Amino acid sequence: MPPNAPAAAPKDNREKLLERAMSRHQYSGDALIEVLHTAQELYGFLSPHLLTAIAHKLRLPPSRVLGVASFYHFFSLKPKGEHTFTVCLGTACYVAGALGLVERLEKRCCKAGTTTPDGKVSVETARCIGSCGLAPAVIYDGAVLARVTPEGLDRELERIGAK
Amino acid sequence: MSVKTLEIDGKMVTGMAGETIFSVAWEHGIHIPRLCHIGGISDVGACRLCMVEVEGQRKLQAACLTQIEEGMVVRTDTPRLKAHRKLIVELLMAERNHICAVCVANGACELQELARSMGIDHVRLRYRFPVFPVDTSNERFGMDHNRCVLCTRCVRVCDEVEGAHTWDVFGRGAGSRIISDLGEPWGASESCTGCGKCVQVCPTGALFDKGKTVAEMRKDRGFLKYIVTAREKKQWIG
Amino acid sequence: MTVEDLLEKQTEETERQAALENRILCCTAAGCVSCGADGIRGAIAGEIKAQGREGKVEVCGTGCMGLCSQGPLVLSAADRKLYGNVTAADAAALVSPNPIDRQALAPREIDLGAPFFIKQTKIVLANSGRVDPERLDDYIAAGGYQALAKALNEMTPKETVEAVRKSGLRGRGGAGYPTGLKWELVAKQAAPVKYVVCNADEGDPGAFMDRSVLEGDPHRVLEGMAIAGYAVGAQQGYIYVRGEYGLAIQRLQTAIKQAEREHLLGSRILEQGFQFRIDLRIGAGAFVCGEETALIASIEGKRGQPRQRPPYPPESGLWGAPTLINNVETFANIPAIVEKGAEWFSAIGTANSKGTKVFALAGKIVNTGLIEVPMGATLREILFEIGGGIPSGKFKAAQTGGPSGGCIPEQFLDVPVDYESLARIGSIMGSGGLIVMDETSCMVDVARFFMEFCMEESCGKCIPCRTGTVQMYDILRRMTTGEADEDDLAMLKGLSELLRETSLCGLGQTAPNPVVSTLKYFAGEYEAHIRDHRCPAGHCGLEAKEATR
Repeated sequence: MPPNAPAAAPKDNREKLLERAMSRHQYSGDALIEVLHTAQELYGFLSPHLLTAIAHKLRLPPSRVLGVASFYHFFSLKPKGEHTFTVCLGTACYVAGALGLVERLEKRCCKAGTTTPDGKVSVETARCIGSCGLAPAVIYDGAVLARVTPEGLDRELERIGAK
Repeated sequence: MSVKTLEIDGKMVTGMAGETIFSVAWEHGIHIPRLCHIGGISDVGACRLCMVEVEGQRKLQAACLTQIEEGMVVRTDTPRLKAHRKLIVELLMAERNHICAVCVANGACELQELARSMGIDHVRLRYRFPVFPVDTSNERFGMDHNRCVLCTRCVRVCDEVEGAHTWDVFGRGAGSRIISDLGEPWGASESCTGCGKCVQVCPTGALFDKGKTVAEMRKDRGFLKYIVTAREKKQWIG
Repeated sequence: MTVEDLLEKQTEETERQAALENRILCCTAAGCVSCGADGIRGAIAGEIKAQGREGKVEVCGTGCMGLCSQGPLVLSAADRKLYGNVTAADAAALVSPNPIDRQALAPREIDLGAPFFIKQTKIVLANSGRVDPERLDDYIAAGGYQALAKALNEMTPKETVEAVRKSGLRGRGGAGYPTGLKWELVAKQAAPVKYVVCNADEGDPGAFMDRSVLEGDPHRVLEGMAIAGYAVGAQQGYIYVRGEYGLAIQRLQTAIKQAEREHLLGSRILEQGFQFRIDLRIGAGAFVCGEETALIASIEGKRGQPRQRPPYPPESGLWGAPTLINNVETFANIPAIVEKGAEWFSAIGTANSKGTKVFALAGKIVNTGLIEVPMGATLREILFEIGGGIPSGKFKAAQTGGPSGGCIPEQFLDVPVDYESLARIGSIMGSGGLIVMDETSCMVDVARFFMEFCMEESCGKCIPCRTGTVQMYDILRRMTTGEADEDDLAMLKGLSELLRETSLCGLGQTAPNPVVSTLKYFAGEYEAHIRDHRCPAGHCGLEAKEATR
C-alpha cells in the first residue's frame, strides 16, 4: 500500500526504495531504526500509515514501532514546515545567548517543536550539534549558520517571506 | 543447583543460586517494597523502591535484579533507604493526578498502600497537575493515564504472558505514556485479545474494569501464578 | 593489499606528494565548512586551473585544524604557513608561485609558533588537518594501517591486549575504565560470536571531539577497531554515530568502502586469515544512548533504555554476545599504542592517567576550537596559554563533563587535569567538552540549563530520574525567577542525593552533579537568588522583576 503517497506521483519510487532498505536488512526487526531513518528520509515524516506498513513488513507489534519512533527525537510523526530553523542549545551556544534566538523565533513564528499554521516554518531545538566554535549556531534547512543574532534571524525570515 | 546462605536484616536465610535478593527476602517474610515487580513476568528494575544496601558494595542495588551470593550481607530497611523510598513515592504522587477519594482502586491500590505504610500524609513537592486523557473506548475496561505510574507491568504481561504486545510506551521522560497499537483508542486495537491480564496486574487504578465505582475495583493476581506454574512446571494449581 | 603493498603504497604516495610544488590544505571540518570552506576550496581548485598549475599545486580538504574561531583555515604545506579567515578572493595568491603575490596573505597568517600550537601533544589528532579524510592513500602515506599490519604479523591477540593494558590507556568516554582490562574481559569469553562497538554517540552539549576525529581521520578509528577485533576475537564491529553528524557519517561510509576494497577491512585483511567487518548504525537523537546498555538496545532496534548492570557488556552485550564498547577517542589511540609501544604511550601523562586528552574549547574563550594536551596539564595552561584567555578578562568557572560534570571555580585552575583530580574537585573528565564561563554567567542558571537537558533526555524508565529531574528543574527554574525559598533548597539537596544513589543508569546518577558542584562553590549565588531575589551575574533579570512587583 502506498503510505501517504500523493495519487498523482507517477515517478514516485519511494515505496520501492523503502522496500529495498527493508530487504537489505532481511526484514529483521532489529533493523527498525535503520528502516525508520530511511522512511523519514523518503517521506519527510512518519505517518501512521507508514508505521503500520513497516510494522507489518518487519513483523513487529505496531505499538513497539510507535514506541521506538516516538522515543527518538530525530523521528518526526508530523509533517515539517517548508523551512526549518533548528537552534542549537548546547552549552557553548547557551553561553553565547541561544535562548534569545529561540525567543525571537517563538515570537515571530511558533513554539519550538511546532510548525507555523501556514506550514512555512518549523522551529526546532537541538542538543548540541557539535559546532561549538560557531556559537550560537542555528541549522537552517540543513546548513549551519554561525554566530547568529536575533536580527540575523529576522533577515533570514524576511528573505523567505515568513509572516 | 547450589544453596546459598546470606544475611538479610540480621537474619540468616538461604536461597537457591540464581534467585534474587527480593524473592529470597519475601520468602523469609522480609517484605521489601516494590511497584514494578510482579511475580511471573520479567523484572526491569524501574521503580527503584526495592533498592537495598549490600555490604562491601559502594552503590545501592535493586533487590529484584540482584542475585544472591554466598555470605552476602543485605540491609533492606535503613534510614537512608527509608528516606529514599519515601521521596520516590512522593515523586510519584506529585507526577500525575492521584486523587484516592475518587479512584476506583481506593483501598486496593499499591501506590496508596506504599504511601500509607510509609506514613506519607502530605507531599513536599509541587504537584505537576498534567493533563492526561481517560480512554474508555474498550468495551469492558478503562485506562486512566492520570493514575499511571509507568511501571510497565501491563506492557510486560501483555507481551510475555498473553503474547499480544498490544501495549508499549510512547515518547520518553516525563512525557511517556502507555499506548495501545499505533496510539489509537484501546477499543480500536486490533491486537488486543480483551483478556484483561493488564487490568489485573496494574498496581493502581490506571487500568480498571468498567462499571466499577469508587473503591470497588479489586484486582486478582492469582491467574499469573497459575499460568506461569502451568507453563514452566507443567503443574495445574488450584 | 598485502603488507608489502601497503609499504609500497606509502612510499609511492609520499614521493608523489614530495614532487609537488605545494599542497594547499583546506580545513573542511564542520566548523570551517559552515563559514564557507567548500567555496574556498573550489576557488583554489579553479585558480590552479586558471594559472595552469595542475600537477604542480594540489588542493585537498582535511579534518579539523583546531583553531575553529579563526575559520576558514588554509594550510600551505610547502612553506608550512597557516592562514585564517580566508576568503575566496585569497585563492589566487595562495596558488601563485610568485612570492610577491603571496605577500598579500600576510595579514591572514597565523603564527604556528603560538602557544595554541606548540603547547599541544598530538596523538589522536596527529593526522587531523594534515591528511585528506576522503583519501585512503593520504592516511597510508602518514603510516596508516601499519599498526594493524604489525598486530597481525608480529603479535598474538593476547600480546595485543597486553600492550593496551600496559599502556595504561583509560576509556575516553568519560568514566575512565582501564581499556586493557575491558579488552581482556571480552578476550577471555569463550563465545563463538563477539562484537566490537565504537560509541560515537557524542551527546554532551559543548563537546565535538569525536565528531572532529571522525570527520578528520576516520581511518584511524577503523584501524583501532580492527585491531580491537583481532585482539578480542570479534569479526563484526559497529559504529554507533549520532544522526546529527552528517559529515562524519558520510566520511565513515567512504572510509569503510575504501578500506574494504583494499582488504584493510572485511574478509582476508591484508590477505591473511583475519576478517573484520564494520557497519554503521545511525543514532536518532537520544543522549541516553551514550550509556552502553542503552546503546546496545538502540543497535538492536529498540527504545534506547538502559538496563541494570551486571551483566556488563563484555559478558553479555549486543544480542547477548560478549561486546567490547569503547569510545571514538579510545579507539583512535590504539594504532599509535600498537605501533610505538606501551612504554612510549605510558611515558605521557600522569601516574594514573596516561596519554593525552582531546578537549573541545568553547564558551567565553579567545581560541575556541579543538586541542589535545597531555594528561596532567593544568586548566590554567589549557585556558590561558592554549586557549588565549577570556575575552572579557574575568574567569568565573570552567565546566567539564557536560550534564554529568561540574563547574570548576578559579581556585582550582592549577589542578592537573586527570581523571582522579577532576573527580576530587567534584567534576569529571567526561568526554572532553570544556566550556568557559565569565562573570556574566549565572551559576544557578547554568545548573538549571543542565537540569533541563537531563530532564528532556531522561528515558523515563526509572522513577527517580524521570520525575526527579522534573522537580529539580522546577525548583531551579523558580530560583532564577525569584520564587524559590529555603525549603526548596533543602529539597533540591535531597533530590540530588536520591538521584545519585537510586537512579538506574549513569544519566540519572550524575544528573545532580552540576547542581552539587555549583552549590559547593557558588553557594552565595544560590542564597542571593533565594533570600535577596537578586542575581549577582545580572543574568536572570530578577531586579527588574522585583521592581515591577
